Amino acid sequence: MNPAISPLDLFSPGGAGAHAISPLLWGLVWLSVAVILIIAAAVVAGVVVRSSGARDPAAVKVERSGNGLWWIYGGVGVSIVVLLIFVGWTMLTMAGIAAPSRPVALTIAVSARQWWWSFTYDAPGGSVVTANEVHIPVGVPVHFVLTSPDVIHSFWVPALGGKTDVIPGRANEAWLETDKPGVYRGQCAEFCGMQHAGMALFVEAQSPADFAQWLKAQAEPAAAPGGGDDVAAGAALFVARCGGCHTVRGTEAHGAKGPDLTHVMTRTTLAAGVLDNTLGNLSGWIADPQSLKPGAKMPAVDLSGAELESILTYLKTLT
Amino acid sequence: MTTTSEYERVPKIRSLSDDPGLPARLKALWETKPGLWGWICSVDHKSIGIRYLFTAFLFLVVGGLEALVMRVQLAGPERRLLTPEAYDQLYSMHGITMIFLYALPVLSGFSNFLFPLVLGARDMAFPRLNAFSYWVYIAAGLFMYASFLMGVAPDDGWFNYAPNSLPPYSPGPNMDFYALGMIFLGVSTTVGAINFVVTVLRMRAPGMSINRLPILVWGTTTASVGILFAMPAVTLAFFMLWMERQFGTHFFGAGGGGQPLLWQHLFWIFAHPWVYIIVLPAMGLVSDALPILCRRPIVGYTLVVLATILTMVLGFGVWVHHMFATGLPLVASSFFSGASFIITIPSAVATFAWVATIWTGRPVFTTAFLYFASFIVMFVIGGVSGVVTAAVPADLQLTDTYFVVAHIHYVLIGINLFAVLGAIYFWFPKMSGRMLNERLGRWAFWITFFGFNLAFFPMHLTGLLGMPRRVYTYPRGLGLEGVNMLSTVGSFVLGIGILLVLVNIWHGLRHGAKAGDNPWDAPTLEWATTSPPPAYNFAIIPAIASRHPLWEGRLGEGSGRSQFDRGFALDHGKEALATTALDAEPDAILRMPDDSPWPFLLTVAMSVGFAALLLHSWWVVAAAVLAVLVYGLLWLWPRRRLLQIAGAGHG
Repeated sequence: MNPAISPLDLFSPGGAGAHAISPLLWGLVWLSVAVILIIAAAVVAGVVVRSSGARDPAAVKVERSGNGLWWIYGGVGVSIVVLLIFVGWTMLTMAGIAAPSRPVALTIAVSARQWWWSFTYDAPGGSVVTANEVHIPVGVPVHFVLTSPDVIHSFWVPALGGKTDVIPGRANEAWLETDKPGVYRGQCAEFCGMQHAGMALFVEAQSPADFAQWLKAQAEPAAAPGGGDDVAAGAALFVARCGGCHTVRGTEAHGAKGPDLTHVMTRTTLAAGVLDNTLGNLSGWIADPQSLKPGAKMPAVDLSGAELESILTYLKTLT
Repeated sequence: MTTTSEYERVPKIRSLSDDPGLPARLKALWETKPGLWGWICSVDHKSIGIRYLFTAFLFLVVGGLEALVMRVQLAGPERRLLTPEAYDQLYSMHGITMIFLYALPVLSGFSNFLFPLVLGARDMAFPRLNAFSYWVYIAAGLFMYASFLMGVAPDDGWFNYAPNSLPPYSPGPNMDFYALGMIFLGVSTTVGAINFVVTVLRMRAPGMSINRLPILVWGTTTASVGILFAMPAVTLAFFMLWMERQFGTHFFGAGGGGQPLLWQHLFWIFAHPWVYIIVLPAMGLVSDALPILCRRPIVGYTLVVLATILTMVLGFGVWVHHMFATGLPLVASSFFSGASFIITIPSAVATFAWVATIWTGRPVFTTAFLYFASFIVMFVIGGVSGVVTAAVPADLQLTDTYFVVAHIHYVLIGINLFAVLGAIYFWFPKMSGRMLNERLGRWAFWITFFGFNLAFFPMHLTGLLGMPRRVYTYPRGLGLEGVNMLSTVGSFVLGIGILLVLVNIWHGLRHGAKAGDNPWDAPTLEWATTSPPPAYNFAIIPAIASRHPLWEGRLGEGSGRSQFDRGFALDHGKEALATTALDAEPDAILRMPDDSPWPFLLTVAMSVGFAALLLHSWWVVAAAVLAVLVYGLLWLWPRRRLLQIAGAGHG
């Protein structure tokens, strides 16, 4: 795993939504720690101070002593004040994350599905579709429209903000904004079947210039097979054997069940974060997806060694 | 031969010394017949309660073993002990088992055993219904577990979200087992709840007005009323799910115009109150037993009772906090967020009442006390982590992570299991007539306590590190290795602790020291009879003058003195006394039913019916429905000796 990728933890917020939530979240965590320590101390101290020293209840006199009700009045009174403060803080924070503070710069359509993510951008030359890795410009709010063709998923990039469920039949909305360029790991957060665990996503925040360049490159259709007969043969084989599920723009492969592979070699991972995108992994993934990601919807296509080699030769050109 | 007019008589006040033969006569009337048939037909609330406890512990062990297998899988990253499908079935059955087949039934076990005893009654209001609710519970549990044997256990979690539970994504019978099993189990839960409510309203000893009820009675009664309101939603939801799976009705699937969120609303309208339903009776057990071991009445009885009821009422207004991430309007979310904060207040009342009871009492360090005192701290840990997720923004980060796994386990183990284990040590002498071993008990306590906290406290951090729930594995390099290993080690330590408790029970049953009637010098009525109690509970129906009948002399409570040796004997048959709902004035003599095979046979017929629904054997379903009707008719067939005229003799 690339160490430059921000992990899933909530300790280092890297975007506007997470920044807004973080003080409240940690305020609540520290409040909790304080309450636990106070009550634990009260119980332990009470047990020690008031111990009868006996192990047999009958040996200890029964009496109704002390005015214990003040514990309840005092404890509940303080609790109510503290709770009301946190209710107020919660409402203010909710208002803060309800909408971005500035107009959104970009809208990306997200389709979450068993068990990967498809991202669609409206670009000048037609739409750009990518999978599992979503590039955004840094420092501006980006709007996400979330839909699912199958079951409920949840869109979550912890360093950037809270979860938004992706529910079939609805279009939920989310927005993310990053402080600085980097790659932020995300994860489906609603149980969605066998490979719920294997449904990561990555947000790559780039400077606006880099982002524009990236989008322009992604908008290009795949280069026509130009590397000689081997590549052309691989391309033909790909269209015939893989094109039913995968799209490579600029070819006859128009399938929509699996990820768009037009620029697959520009991605850093395969199978929604399960594998690093190396040639060896790609080859293993095509040959036997079920052992690498059990339950994945990608079937093991019956290919000879030579055919697999040929398809890889073509895929290598999809940059 | 008894006649109708018998029940119009004004019963005589008698005392045991006038009539030494009374216990033997009552025994002959009340005792269950020997042998397997007698066991099947028994309607004795005490043996039904113990059966509930035994069965619930069996499910606890099974659910615990499932958890241990999962913890081995999660001990390290990218482990391959379990396939994703196996993991999904295990975590689903673990949740279903612990929440539905352990957590409530174990409390029903205590309540069944204790209700008539603490109320000074001879049995529950509906003894045959009581037996029926147990038989249906175990039948529904076995029905759901049959799926395991076939390798097709439910695999969409106990929350069972649609559309993942619908045929395109779940074509096997897995979800049908769950849907039908829950409808089946709902019958048991519902009739059990009705029985508790009616028993409290009508079966109390004379003089036990509602301000004199033990708090465990308030806990279970409040939860039972909650069940009556919550259960219909989930029964309906599972029926709709089954209809959608079998006949394509489009309730939940988005494709046909259904609403996936409808499932979540129906489910959580039930399931959030359910969380309170499975902790309030446990809190009641602690609220009664902890003060006894602090040698004083609980501080703030009335406040604690009101807090119990308020918790249940508010518990029906917070379900949407399970759905903050679903994209609901902010106004709706903020309402439920505020309510989720506010529900903490009655819990604070209980917490401070317990702490105050320790501070104004003289604690006696029995094993049960250790469980109850640590329960307070774990109650707070489970409570405050709930407050963290009540705040919508924090919840959006934490929901569906291990933080919530930690929270639910502090609630279910901290508040339910620790209360239950303490209650086992406390009431085992009454159930068995023997004491549990205190030395082994203390060892088991510390191991359980240490193991539980080692397993689940680090999970808060696991959640803050971003690990999602319900994943069968996790990648390397996200910093999740250490905390998961701690949880795995802790879970095995906890398992050893539970094993030691079971060893102690097994040892106690055979070799435990004989317990007297009242080994803890406790104030409530169950301790006024023998250990174990006779089949008829009380030879003379006690008359109650205060909240602590056995401590009256010492506390100077109440206007008069409770009476145990002089009162109604009610020995003209299998008789019990009905009293009025609020003040518990004698109202009628009830003729209690004899042991009966029909609850068991009715359950068998229902089991066949549900199995046939699963298998689509519609003719068998029809035959089973007919059998249910016939058995029900035989059960309810009017018998002359059960004829009753209400409102008979006061006196």
